[in-house]
Amino acid sequence: MSTPAAVRVWESHWTLYRAIWKSNMAGAFVQPLLYLLGMGVGVGALVNRNTGSSDLLGGLSYFEFLAPAMLATTAMMIGTQESLWPVMGGFKWQRTFLAQAASPLSPGEITSGLLLWQLTRALIAVGGVACVLVLFDGTRSWGLLAAVPFGALTGGAFAAPLTAWAATRERESSFPSILRFGIVPLFLFGGAFYPISELPGWMQPIARVTPLWHGVELCRNVVHGTLGWADAAGHVAVLAAYVVVGTVLARLAFARRLAE
Amino acid sequence: MSDPLISARQLVKRFGDFVAVDGIDVDVRRGESFGFLGPNGAGKSSTMRMIGCVSPVTEGELRIFGLDPARDGKQIRARIGVVPQQDQLDEQLSVEDNMLIYGRYFDLPRSVCRQRTKELLEFVQLADRAKSRIEPLSGGMKRRVTIARSLINEPELLLLDEPTTGLDPQARHVLWDRLYRLKQRGVTLVLTTHYMDEAEQLCDRLVVMDRGRIVAEGSPRELIERHSTREVLELRFPAGTNEERAHEIDGIGQRHEVLPDRVLIYAHDGEAALAEAHARGSAPESALVRRSSLEDVFLRLTGRSLVD
Repeated sequence: MSTPAAVRVWESHWTLYRAIWKSNMAGAFVQPLLYLLGMGVGVGALVNRNTGSSDLLGGLSYFEFLAPAMLATTAMMIGTQESLWPVMGGFKWQRTFLAQAASPLSPGEITSGLLLWQLTRALIAVGGVACVLVLFDGTRSWGLLAAVPFGALTGGAFAAPLTAWAATRERESSFPSILRFGIVPLFLFGGAFYPISELPGWMQPIARVTPLWHGVELCRNVVHGTLGWADAAGHVAVLAAYVVVGTVLARLAFARRLAE
Repeated sequence: MSDPLISARQLVKRFGDFVAVDGIDVDVRRGESFGFLGPNGAGKSSTMRMIGCVSPVTEGELRIFGLDPARDGKQIRARIGVVPQQDQLDEQLSVEDNMLIYGRYFDLPRSVCRQRTKELLEFVQLADRAKSRIEPLSGGMKRRVTIARSLINEPELLLLDEPTTGLDPQARHVLWDRLYRLKQRGVTLVLTTHYMDEAEQLCDRLVVMDRGRIVAEGSPRELIERHSTREVLELRFPAGTNEERAHEIDGIGQRHEVLPDRVLIYAHDGEAALAEAHARGSAPESALVRRSSLEDVFLRLTGRSLVD
C-alpha cells in the first residue's frame, strides 16, 4: 500500500527531528515559560494593583490574560524558525530538497511535506505550552484542547508565506531583519501583552491584519470560554487564508528553484 | 542496435541569455558506461540535470527509456539513481537512516528499505558503519554512502556527476572498483568528469564537451588514436623561456604544443624524438616520455587544458 508523497516527505523531517529534538526543547519550552513567569507573574502583580485594569483585560487577571497568548506567540516563533534557515539549508547547505527532487517526488509534494512538518512542529511546541498552562488554576480549561490546533494554525500562517519567501532568496543575509522588524514587533504589539485597543489609532488596523492577533484572540478566548462562533470563524478564516496563499506561493517558489 | 536508453537530439539548455548546452546529440545504450568529459562550465552538469528530469529541456528532444521527461518525469526518476556533484546527506542522521528516508521518497516499504540498506552497505563496504552518523565519516565514505543511497530503488540507469572530485587517490580507486562492479551487474552508468584517468578507467564511450558543444565522440582509445599520437615527449625549459626555446625542437615529431609550464612534442616514438632534441643541442631541464591520454585529445581539440 502506498503512502501519500507529502507524508513520506514529512517522515524524513520527523526522522531528523527525532535525532536532534533535545537541543530544540530548551527554546521551545523554556522561553515561553520565562515570559509567563517574568511578565505574567512579575509585571502582572503591578498591573493587577491598578484599579480598572481588570475591566480592560475583560475581567481577567494579567496572568490569565497573557498566558493563553503565549500559545500563539510560541507558534509564531516556531513557524518562523522552521521556515527561514531550514529552507535555505534545504537548497544550499544540507541540500535535502535537491535530493528529494532527484527522486520521483514533485516540487509540490516536497513543499507540501515540508509545510505539513512545520505545522507538526508548531503543534508540538504549542502542546508543550498547553501542558504548562494546565498547571495553573487560571488557565486550566478544556478550551486548551481547542487552543492547541488554533496555535498550530497560527504557526502555519507564518511558516507558509515565510517558506515561500525564503525559497526565493539566494542568501540568508536578510533573515535576521525578518525577526527584528517583523516578528519581534508583532510579539510586542500584536495583542499578546495588552489589548490592541491600547495601541495608537493608526497601529490598530495593522495589528488586526497580522496573523498573530487572530491567533492570540482565538487562543485567549477559547481558553477562557469567551470565544463566539462568528469570531472564531472569522479568525480561523484569516489564518487559513495565510496558510493557503502561502502554500500556493511556496509551491511555485520551490518548483522554480528546483528546476534551475 | 537496441533502442537507446538515453537519446538526445539538438538538446539545448539556456539560463536567460547564457547557453549552457548548445545543441548536443547523444545516444547511450543499455549496459554501457558513458562519460561526458570536459572542463568546468562545459555544460556537463546541465546536461545531467536534464537527463535526471529535474531541469526542463529548453529546446530539442530528449528521451529516457523512450519516455519524455516533460511528461513522464516521475516515472523516469523512479527508474534512475543520481549521485550528485555535492553530497546531499543529512549529516546529523545515521548512515542507515539516510538510506531509509531516501528509500521512502521512492515509496518503498520500510522492510524493503531495511533489507536493501543492509545489502547496499555491504556492497560499498560500510556495513560496520550503519549506525554511525554521517558527520564523522571521511569524504570517500560519504561518497560511498551517497552511491549506496542512489541504488536503493535498484535503478537501471545511474547518473554520476563528478563522482570522485575532491577525493584522495586511494578513495578514488575504491570507488572506481565499486562502479566497475555495478557495470558488470548490468547497470548503465552515465558520468561526468574532468579527470581523464577517470574517463579512461570507467567509460566504454565518451563525448568531449567544450562550451556547451560536443567536440568529439568515441571510446577513449579511439579518441586518442584519432586525435593524438601514440606517445608524448614533455620537455621543461627554465621558467618563461618555453616560447623562445620552442623553435629548437621545430619539426621534431608530428607537432608540438607550448604550454605555460612545458612543451609537448607529439610523436610516434617519444625516445627517438628526445634523442633528436638532444642531437640538435637542445638542453631542457627535464624530459619525460609518456603515452597519449585524453588530456592530449582535449588540448588538441580545444587548445586548452582540462584542469586549470
